[in-house]
Amino acid sequence: MKLLLTTALSLAAVISSQLANSQSVLKGTVTNNKSKPLPGINITLKDTYDGATTDSLGRFSFSTTEKGELTLVASSTGLKPFEQVLKLTKDSSYNFAIQLKEEITELSAVVVTAGTFEASDKKRTAVLTPIDVATTAGANADVTAALKTLPGTQQVGESEGLFVRGGTAAETKTFIDGTLVNNFFYSSIPNISTRSRFSPFIFKGTVFSTGGYSALYGQALSSALVLETIDLPEQSAGSLGFSPLGISGGLQKLAKNKKFSWGFNYDYTNLWAVFKVLKQRQDYIKEPEYHTGDANFRFKTSATGMVKYYGYFSRNKLGFRENSIDSTGYKDRFGLKNFNMYHNLSWREGLGNGWKMNLGVSYAYNQDDIDGGMQNSSNQDVVLQGLEWKDFGLQSKGKYFNAKAVFEKRIVGLSAARFGVEYNNSNDNPNYTDYTNQHYDFTIQEHLKSVFAETDIYLTNALAAKVGGRFEHSALFDRSNIAPRASLAYKLGKESQASLAYGMFYQNPETRYLRSVGNLDFAKATHYVAQYLKTNKNITARFEVFYKKYDNLVKTGTQYNNDQVAANNNGFGDAKGIEVFWRDKKTIKNLDYWVSYSYLDTKRDFLNFPTAMQPSFAAKHTGSLVMKKFVTAWKTGFNMTYTYSSGRPYYNIYNDNGINKFADRGETDDFHNVSFSLNYLPKLFSKGANKFTVLVLSVNNIFGIKQTYGYKYSYNSIRKEAIVPPSRSFVFIGLFMSFGVDNTENVINSNL
Amino acid sequence: MKRIFLSAALALSFIAANAQSDRYKSAMEKLIATLDTTKTVDGYTELGNSFQRVAEAEKTQWLPYYYAALASVSAANNMFVTGQTDKIDPIVDKAAPLIAKAEELQKDNSEIFILKKMYNTAKMMADPMNRYMELSPVAAEALATAKKLNPENPRVPLLEGQDLFFTPEQFGGDKNEAKKKFEEALKKFEAFKPADNLAPHWGKDQATYFISQIK
Repeated sequence: MKLLLTTALSLAAVISSQLANSQSVLKGTVTNNKSKPLPGINITLKDTYDGATTDSLGRFSFSTTEKGELTLVASSTGLKPFEQVLKLTKDSSYNFAIQLKEEITELSAVVVTAGTFEASDKKRTAVLTPIDVATTAGANADVTAALKTLPGTQQVGESEGLFVRGGTAAETKTFIDGTLVNNFFYSSIPNISTRSRFSPFIFKGTVFSTGGYSALYGQALSSALVLETIDLPEQSAGSLGFSPLGISGGLQKLAKNKKFSWGFNYDYTNLWAVFKVLKQRQDYIKEPEYHTGDANFRFKTSATGMVKYYGYFSRNKLGFRENSIDSTGYKDRFGLKNFNMYHNLSWREGLGNGWKMNLGVSYAYNQDDIDGGMQNSSNQDVVLQGLEWKDFGLQSKGKYFNAKAVFEKRIVGLSAARFGVEYNNSNDNPNYTDYTNQHYDFTIQEHLKSVFAETDIYLTNALAAKVGGRFEHSALFDRSNIAPRASLAYKLGKESQASLAYGMFYQNPETRYLRSVGNLDFAKATHYVAQYLKTNKNITARFEVFYKKYDNLVKTGTQYNNDQVAANNNGFGDAKGIEVFWRDKKTIKNLDYWVSYSYLDTKRDFLNFPTAMQPSFAAKHTGSLVMKKFVTAWKTGFNMTYTYSSGRPYYNIYNDNGINKFADRGETDDFHNVSFSLNYLPKLFSKGANKFTVLVLSVNNIFGIKQTYGYKYSYNSIRKEAIVPPSRSFVFIGLFMSFGVDNTENVINSNL
Repeated sequence: MKRIFLSAALALSFIAANAQSDRYKSAMEKLIATLDTTKTVDGYTELGNSFQRVAEAEKTQWLPYYYAALASVSAANNMFVTGQTDKIDPIVDKAAPLIAKAEELQKDNSEIFILKKMYNTAKMMADPMNRYMELSPVAAEALATAKKLNPENPRVPLLEGQDLFFTPEQFGGDKNEAKKKFEEALKKFEAFKPADNLAPHWGKDQATYFISQIK
């Protein structure tokens, strides 16, 4: 036995020394498909330690004592690995010329970006980050206000919403976690624009499409704003906010296993104190007061699955009077009470085998109680002869249910097919009360069913296409439509790409123009977009041209109490333009700025327009300059936004026996606005930074430049008055704190 | 006879296994010695590839994965020091799957959490404005876990010291506090006994270097 072992051992020694003596030499070069040498490539003889790393000329050389059938692998991240089986015998010698192809990956592949702006931390093609939304001066943490500094949008100050490329605000629809949001903005107030309801801090991703958007979305002639809420928070935290406008507080709790979180926020806003200091044009009977609460829970269902709930409640009221344009010496009184709630539940899950699923439902209820009337000089309610219609009540109730299911299957690489269904149910119930206390009750109910499909086709890393279509059926109008969508992107260089988008878009006539459905049809828009985009970490350059054609726009007929009522779909129009966006974070040290410019040429004939003309919500030239500078020594961020808009047309149109005619028309002065804000972070990075404090000061229209949004006319067209902001400037000061609520955080923060 | 043959074969295979393990040890020792003296990005890339070959051939050893990831994180740190922050991402991204593999093979190891901390800090340094909020707590938590798993690990105070050293004073950095951390690290290096000569032992030179930089 012992002998045998010794023999075996010596045998092994002999064999191994012999092996050591006979070596195979493997050498070669590695290039990419353009024959450029690739350095740093890992060359491996599979399952052995032997191999090499290519040098700066892509060369490698190594020797091995291995024998037999072995596999040579050349690999590096982002490249498709190369493999070759070799038969190594005594003193083999090999010379390789290896070509590695790029792998189609999300990091390197071209992305279809025509018509879209993205705010994200992760995406290479994103132009903004979520923090940008919160720190843009003049935006006051309103998502849509920050988007108004991007090209394609209008600086419309007299009403809320995003007016995109010659479209009305109603032509932009908002989606949260895939499903449609109704009443995204606070209820309208005459000639004052309201904010969007939701805090920007609940969203981690924003996709703002100014044209040619995906078949997953519909019912928006101009634009889709797609918001994605955050997943689980990084840590448990509480927050408190104080400002002269009100107080807010909230709590987010993350479970120990990091698979479940819940939270709530409450915000009370009352503009009483602020309006005492900053004089408003309107004389407030009831200063705006808002109670807003939200609640959420989120849990992981698997490694890739997540269920999210977000719920929102708001109760707010306001009332004011202002000098009546219709009758001198008298005042118009306006009161609004609003209740709104919104619930969104979504579930996304990877189903294995390349399948993914996204389900979402949302329910919203909105109630506006509007009370209008006239008052005399001693603020007593009066009803004037001939102006009785100004004394009215309007209670509008809306119930909205939206559901959507999207399924996705990865085919090869990044190529994927997506399809799904959507259901939108709306029940609008306006109840009008006239001065004689007579009620007029309407109900407009719509069931809109949609089916859509879309496919991403990646031919190479440099060429990708997205082709899709959408079918919709409206129960209200008993009409259907089919909307094809297509886009193409081509990578021109490492940092630059070109893309094209085409699509047809349909939208229901707005319910506000409906008294009866009649023989109405969808309005239609066709988009053509071409884009050049260059991005790297410090510079974004984006150039876009578009053409948009409108068909079947709603024309209104006879008026009822100054209300326009939809009559037919004979309206039409078009819009074309050029847009430039430039962002630079590097050239000037510590200064991050972007510049937007839009040229818009649009005409349309819709509603009561006597002819095809430039609508009053569209300016020819619009531009913005946004600057952000963080001064580290002062722990303070300074932000400045300048917005410009050339004059917008205004019209006074009256109906002369069924024919619409101009009583007056003109163009406003150019619009300029400079806003400024600073964020002071006294405890930034400091020890015990589990308290994170931000002091915000913002001033809108800091130079008090006179701004005119348009003109309003008395009912009889005799008097004309400029529509201007409620106050020249607006100042906001607030203190916001967030603090950790887990003890474990002390450990973390001791390291900061 | 049959039995003898069988035991011989067994013995032989035992020797072979042992021989392989020796081969593993000697290969690793050589690579680790090179790592201790490597200073350049190209050097780290080459070493990282070598460790990765060992890792993939062995399949069940966590240390080669650990060292492969350490090489790519070190290359990224080198990029940061030389101001080439825009090149950090592709280099440091290689580390993520390697760290995951190491952790699969070796759960709850203080050294792997040290690596996670370094990975997340390097990732953050590539774009601090946008990543600070997200990655800084992740990095801090990894370091806290490393400390919890092994309070005597000298690389914990070393990294704590580096954070204090590199953070500007107005943001809570403190060179004197950093010095205390480096001194604590040195003390712990004196007491620290690596499990064997392949186990992580790096960092003492760095602690000495940082102390020399603080007056």
